Amino acid sequence: MKSVKIYGPGCKRCAETEAMVKEAATRLGIDLDLEKVTDAKSIAMAGVMSTPGISVDGKLVHAGGLPVASKLEQWLTA
Amino acid sequence: MSTEIQGSAYHREMPDWGWYLGVVVAAILWWLVYGQLSAFSEWVTSLFPVARDSHTGEAIAFFVYDVPKVLMLLTGIVFVTGVLRSWFSPEKTRAILAGKRQIWGYPLAAFLGVLTPFCSCSSVPLFIGFVSAGIPLGVTFSFLIAGPMVGPVGLGLLYGLVGWKIATIYLVFGFSIATTAGYVMGRMGLERYLQDWVRDLNAGPVGDLPEESLTLADRLKIGLEQVREIVGKVWIWVLAGIGIGAAIHGYVPEAMMLKIMGGEAWWSVPSAVVIGVPMYTNAAGVIPIVEALLGKGAALGTTLAFMMSVIALSLPEMIILKQVLTLRLIAIFIAVVSTGILATGYLFNFLL
Repeated sequence: MKSVKIYGPGCKRCAETEAMVKEAATRLGIDLDLEKVTDAKSIAMAGVMSTPGISVDGKLVHAGGLPVASKLEQWLTA
Repeated sequence: MSTEIQGSAYHREMPDWGWYLGVVVAAILWWLVYGQLSAFSEWVTSLFPVARDSHTGEAIAFFVYDVPKVLMLLTGIVFVTGVLRSWFSPEKTRAILAGKRQIWGYPLAAFLGVLTPFCSCSSVPLFIGFVSAGIPLGVTFSFLIAGPMVGPVGLGLLYGLVGWKIATIYLVFGFSIATTAGYVMGRMGLERYLQDWVRDLNAGPVGDLPEESLTLADRLKIGLEQVREIVGKVWIWVLAGIGIGAAIHGYVPEAMMLKIMGGEAWWSVPSAVVIGVPMYTNAAGVIPIVEALLGKGAALGTTLAFMMSVIALSLPEMIILKQVLTLRLIAIFIAVVSTGILATGYLFNFLL
């Protein structure tokens, strides 16, 4: 079970990132506990300044733009 | 060797050399096509049953020439910028700016504002991130003004459509306004006009984001992603801007343009700002209009003032910033930046 948070105010890229995360998890056979953080204050306090940001098990792994698919698999399996 | 393409775009893994080759081939094609645009637009215009030198003929020629030209320039600029910016991030910029209270924090912030990838949808987290890390408010404003004002898209299109001289003037003055406006606001001690909850945030946990080691092919991919996203979003503004530009180019008499936007009338610069601020478009949409205005003899200062106020001060961005800034601070922000724009406008109308 991986707890993944996606930080973003709800822009198009954030939705795409969510889809990529879900797809990667399905491909790898990983259970996801996915949470979307859309509140600007919470986003900023998590240390994310460019959205979308991704954290896995409480650790921030990415901020700004769509993630690279191969990196995403690394983060989810780490 | 089988080159079977499977699944969605995310599954398709192209080898690195495929990316390098693709970019080189695309660049050569781009160059060849770009050189033929003038001939192409004349040919298309000749298909219309109107005289080439009539008002309508001029307008059609302008539109047919500018649409492919602007879209090609835009694609090229966004791609190159997207790749270059993959080496920068707001997190790195913040680390550089944090604690720089000296005077050169302002020009540095303006410079980084141009290089840092930034989307207006994340301006609030970015603002909080900067302020909570102890970056002075004025320096943060220099960054926020420079980003849109002297963005590569505006500069590149200005260079391609109007020429290097005006593009250089724009760069120098846009940069100066961002630096000076930030400095002035820094001296005004405006921290008390932040929204309460922002002021109460102490240097929050600065999330240390590990560096993502990206290959060159990954960066090219990011560039392409940017093209897909930005060109997909702004093309409609580009068409609208070129439409307006074409109408001006074809139908507005020069005498009338000189009267309204000439350098003689003192009120032309402030009216250009008043019209420009609420106008919402982006650099790619406004520069074809600028091209047409200058072509018809509008004064450079007035036109610069118009362009700067459209690009640098946008209402939707103010509404987003309302979450962190009080109305009073937003008003000061608009007033300071507008003053810089007015000064630039008058200076050029006076000099030329």
